Amino acid sequence: MKRRHKRIAFIVAGLTGLGIAAALALNAFQDNLVFFFSPSQIAAKQAPTGRTFRVGGLVQEGTVKRETDGLTVKFSVTDTAQSIPVVYKGILPDLFKEGKGCVAQGKIGADGVFYADQVLAKHDENYMPPEAGQAIDSAKAAKTVVDN
Amino acid sequence: MNWYKYASPTNFYPLAGKMIPWFAIPSAILFVLGLYVGFFVAPTDFQQGDAYRIIFIHVPSAWMGMFLYLLMAFYAAIGWAFNARLSSMMASAISITGAMFTALSLVTGSLWGKPTWGTYWVWDARLTSTLILLFLYIGFISLQASIDDRSRADRAGAVLAIVGVINVPIIYFSVQWWNTLHQGASIRLLGKPTIAPPMMAAMLIILAACWLYSIAVVLVRLRQIIVEREQTAAWAAEARA
Repeated sequence: MKRRHKRIAFIVAGLTGLGIAAALALNAFQDNLVFFFSPSQIAAKQAPTGRTFRVGGLVQEGTVKRETDGLTVKFSVTDTAQSIPVVYKGILPDLFKEGKGCVAQGKIGADGVFYADQVLAKHDENYMPPEAGQAIDSAKAAKTVVDN
Repeated sequence: MNWYKYASPTNFYPLAGKMIPWFAIPSAILFVLGLYVGFFVAPTDFQQGDAYRIIFIHVPSAWMGMFLYLLMAFYAAIGWAFNARLSSMMASAISITGAMFTALSLVTGSLWGKPTWGTYWVWDARLTSTLILLFLYIGFISLQASIDDRSRADRAGAVLAIVGVINVPIIYFSVQWWNTLHQGASIRLLGKPTIAPPMMAAMLIILAACWLYSIAVVLVRLRQIIVEREQTAAWAAEARA
């Protein structure tokens, strides 16, 4: 075996080893790599209840209510299977909307309400002109009417 | 024609000099065209309004950051395995451009994140792994700069570059493997893109411009590295004069 072949073999073996090591490490840290938990995971008691964590999902349609102080907002986050009530006091991002994604950070209270100290809007991968967006919205609305 | 001839820095130096304008000029034209399409032809987004237009810089630069890393590691590995000096020099030349694009994608992403998400930065898997990519580039550059013996510096850099390759698929798939705040890919190899065609056109034109820019700039830097490292050779002394 020539020296250069040895080096190539070493690179290939090294890369394979590293790949396996990285896969194992990432697998072991799987729980810590989760940026947010879904309402279903919280319902299944998979979320850490004692400390701060994040909940992510869609803002349930028709649940956003502002308190009279103008700052406190109540809404529900849903993953369509389960939902969790959230209370937040502060400024919401512009893209925060009913039916759109959001991620809230905070603690879950004894009353089962999630008290958020930060709410972020989660954008999806769809980029389109406003007309196309309206077309989809009206198609959805038409569908709800038919469903009801 | 004997292509191996150009594996020698002496022969590659004049060739690279001739190649530079062929990449630099089309790159400038495509940048102007891409930005024109991006700002005046592409429609506003239905949710984000005009703030989304930063993707025309953000997405190509993020892609370039990842592509260039793979390319840098490839050249570093070839240079190490075959003792090919020019290959190692190529890896060093690529590293700065790659670091620049990665930094650009982090900065533009953060500027976009504030109006869209409501925060400049979050420690989600996509953002964190991209920050690690920037650190890998910086690590590669400073490791090479800290070792005086060129061939040892090349070898040390190659090991670091190859180890870091593992981070690139992690960045790319992070949005699929884990819950992240960063959205998934709008343009995939398989499947329909979830982005309107004029927006995608602007993005791809600027991506092409970034590629051409990278090639031109890397060749300029490579020529400087060649002159610097081959300074004992008589021809390089002439080239510098």
